[in-house]
Amino acid sequence: MITLDNITKTYNKGQVLAVKDISFSVEPGELFGLIGPDGAGKTTLFRILTTLLLADKGSAVVNGFDVVKDYAKIRNSVGYMPGRFSLYQDLTIEENLHFFATVFGTTIKENYALIKDIYQQIEPFKDRRAGKLSGGMKQKLALCCALIHKPAVLFLDEPTTGVDVVSRKEFWEMLARLKAEGITILVSTPYMDEAKLCDRIALIQKGSILSIDDPAGIVRSFPDKLYAVQAGNTHLLLREVRAYPGTSSCFAFGDALHVTFRNGEEQGLIPYLQGKGLPDTTMSAITPGIEDCFIHLLKS
Amino acid sequence: MKQLLTFIRKEFLHVFRDRKTLLMLFGLPIAQIVLFGFALSNEIKNTRIAVVDYSKDAVTTRIISKIAGSPYFNIQRSLAGGQELQAAFKKGNIKMAVIFPAGFGDDLTHTGKATMQVIADASDPNQATTITNYLNQIVLDFNAGLAQDAAQPMQILPEIQMLYNPALRGAPNFVPGVMALVLMLVCTMMTSVAIVREKELGTMEILLVSPFRPLYIIIAKLAPNLLISVVNLFIILFLSDIFLDLPVKGSLLLLVTGSVLFILTCLSIGLLLSISAKTQQAAMMGSLMGMMLPTMLLTGFLFPIENMPVALQVLSNLVPSRWYFIIIKQVMLKGLGVAAVWRELLILTGMCVLLFGISLRNFKIRLQ
Amino acid sequence: METVITTDKLTKRFGSFVACDALSFTVGRGEIFGFLGANGAGKTTAMRMLCGLLAPSSGKATIAGFDVYTQTEKIKRSIGYMSQKFSLYDDLTVAENIRFYAGIYGMSRPAIRTKTTQLLEELQLQNEAKTLVRELPLGWKQKLSFSVSIVHEPGIVFLDEPTGGVDPVTRRQFWDLIYAAADKGVTIFVTTHYMDEAEYCNRVSIMVDGVIAALDSPARLKAEFSASSMEDVFYELARKAKRKGD
Repeated sequence: MITLDNITKTYNKGQVLAVKDISFSVEPGELFGLIGPDGAGKTTLFRILTTLLLADKGSAVVNGFDVVKDYAKIRNSVGYMPGRFSLYQDLTIEENLHFFATVFGTTIKENYALIKDIYQQIEPFKDRRAGKLSGGMKQKLALCCALIHKPAVLFLDEPTTGVDVVSRKEFWEMLARLKAEGITILVSTPYMDEAKLCDRIALIQKGSILSIDDPAGIVRSFPDKLYAVQAGNTHLLLREVRAYPGTSSCFAFGDALHVTFRNGEEQGLIPYLQGKGLPDTTMSAITPGIEDCFIHLLKS
Repeated sequence: MKQLLTFIRKEFLHVFRDRKTLLMLFGLPIAQIVLFGFALSNEIKNTRIAVVDYSKDAVTTRIISKIAGSPYFNIQRSLAGGQELQAAFKKGNIKMAVIFPAGFGDDLTHTGKATMQVIADASDPNQATTITNYLNQIVLDFNAGLAQDAAQPMQILPEIQMLYNPALRGAPNFVPGVMALVLMLVCTMMTSVAIVREKELGTMEILLVSPFRPLYIIIAKLAPNLLISVVNLFIILFLSDIFLDLPVKGSLLLLVTGSVLFILTCLSIGLLLSISAKTQQAAMMGSLMGMMLPTMLLTGFLFPIENMPVALQVLSNLVPSRWYFIIIKQVMLKGLGVAAVWRELLILTGMCVLLFGISLRNFKIRLQ
Repeated sequence: METVITTDKLTKRFGSFVACDALSFTVGRGEIFGFLGANGAGKTTAMRMLCGLLAPSSGKATIAGFDVYTQTEKIKRSIGYMSQKFSLYDDLTVAENIRFYAGIYGMSRPAIRTKTTQLLEELQLQNEAKTLVRELPLGWKQKLSFSVSIVHEPGIVFLDEPTGGVDPVTRRQFWDLIYAAADKGVTIFVTTHYMDEAEYCNRVSIMVDGVIAALDSPARLKAEFSASSMEDVFYELARKAKRKGD
């Protein structure tokens, strides 16, 4: 459905490298996540795929059309939700939806079934101006506007950034339902925990792809055994575990530390810590999460 | 105190690192001094006038050569008579006509007085007053010379008639100028800002990634401004009729046609500006700096174009409001028809089509 | 423990809308205090009052012993502030930014010089001293921003969502900086959207609809709500919020 082949893009006459040699593909009906922090190149890729930018090198195909030669056909058949939910601030919810429906040559009624679940949540506010909506409501409206013409492919650029936790959860539930309708969805997010809700993900940092696989596969590729180490005083624990000579890597993860050790050295950690004023330490082997993998890939 | 100095130092750093603003801060005053000091002037020189001599005697020859010798006047031609004069005034080829009736010299010698007729184009009352004053000076001078030579006192009396604006009101001059300026500013600024606003908000991205054709985006952005400007036009015409006693003497349809052409040209300029501007602020500054200054200085209502150095005169040909100004004066004030303004209409049409074409071609269908 | 922030029924009303309703809590010296809440819960308003930027409608509060009504200038001099939008000047260099903020806080010339060298060393930005900030990668900008906010060695620093959008490694490096500051006795008042960062705090308060719905250490909050993570605790409380971030 979507294919990228060695896409490279620079800005400022080659001075700033945005993305380099990116290649991957998205199958029809897949929910594909592009995971990476700010500046990784996610928005650049989206803009190339939605034909808003021309890549310096490489080629890409969306829904069977080339992004350069057949851009008009792509523009007719995709839904796009750029970052910051571009909506018309001084138009109401209903006016925004109506406008976008008309722009895509359709009416609200025609595809209402597709957006019904989402729109009903904001319908009570349909006469409120978009500028006065909360982040969560803007997000829902922007999604409706992107779906109103029943696109084959949906591009969502950081749809959950700047939105409260509850709305984020609801949004991903909506995406799952849309996937069930057969729409191919390419979504980007900086939140690692959202990665596991996708069919497949690509981890991206500084313009390059670190890894592509389904979430389980990424986790499987983590090379070392990972342990969660906990104690009452996390701060002190962090210092001491890092100081322990057998530690290979140690990162804070909330109330636990995720630690990898050099060969066999994990046995010596607890006694070592007991001697450092941390008697109540616990340690257990855990399955790595996407963030663990991302950090590992960053270091290599 | 130290904190204040720290802050001031930072502000200086900001200013000097902003190349574009720096250019404006230093470049603009220099440009203005050069323009106002050397190029633009209110002085009248080489005004085109006509001389009609029905008498053709010694006195008229002498006084005509005195007028010809003056740096203020440029005798266009010695015309035959009434019809030609009218036509020349209508076309704007001459600003003043001096007519010596038959038997001028005889009248002078026999009665001690002779009247010469002076007709001045008063659609620019300041200019008219100035040139008639110059002429008066020349005549007075000539009279003084006469008094020295002859035994009896002899006096030439100029009889001055102000064409098109007998009361020498300012309105006939500044209303057309203001019309051009206001329409130009509104059209250029509003259009450029409206398009750049979409870019800034990010909604332009969505519009581009849709079946909506860029041509339609452009037309949609131009349409409200066109309508509002036409309404503005009618308001200005109405007000100048009622309050300034300056009705439209000629065909309203012709005036509106010329105005719409001018409006479309300005809208196209706004369109062109919006393509290069990245922020609304830049669009507004571009409209103001880029268009207001040339319009005010080079349209011809503040400073007569004939008096500018050749370089500026050539430049003024590029300013659409210069041509529109002529159309307004010819149609609204002088009541003339298509024949008098077809050239200007054609020029405006050409400008409009060219600018629109360039804008359409350069309208970015992508983000970079 | 010595308290550096105290609030007593601190309230802010905008017309008939009560943004913050009778907030009462204290923060001790050297504590890392997490201030959480959904959008529109009243977090930003509360922080502004504590920084002396907004006058409360009623209630009391002291920061570093100074009254928020009458001694705002003294408050501003005793605190550091860093917001997500960085507050660094893009068109000034790294060194110029440090010097500027140090100067604004009234540090002496020799002190500024020493501090600048020290900061550049700590952040390993010696080679970038003359680079314009806009050319720095995001993570470095953030770390610089934090260091600049404590350049005058204040006792309390307010961090408004300081780690938005950076990669996981940089985020943790940032928290290393926070820990280092807390070890020196600086009190950290931080808001964040990352629930794992809530766990790094000594105590966390969660605001919902203008009131503090919960305030305790992460461990005890998880026990109270029978949750395995702070995310679940937060979700439990945020779900019931009536204000959807209007």
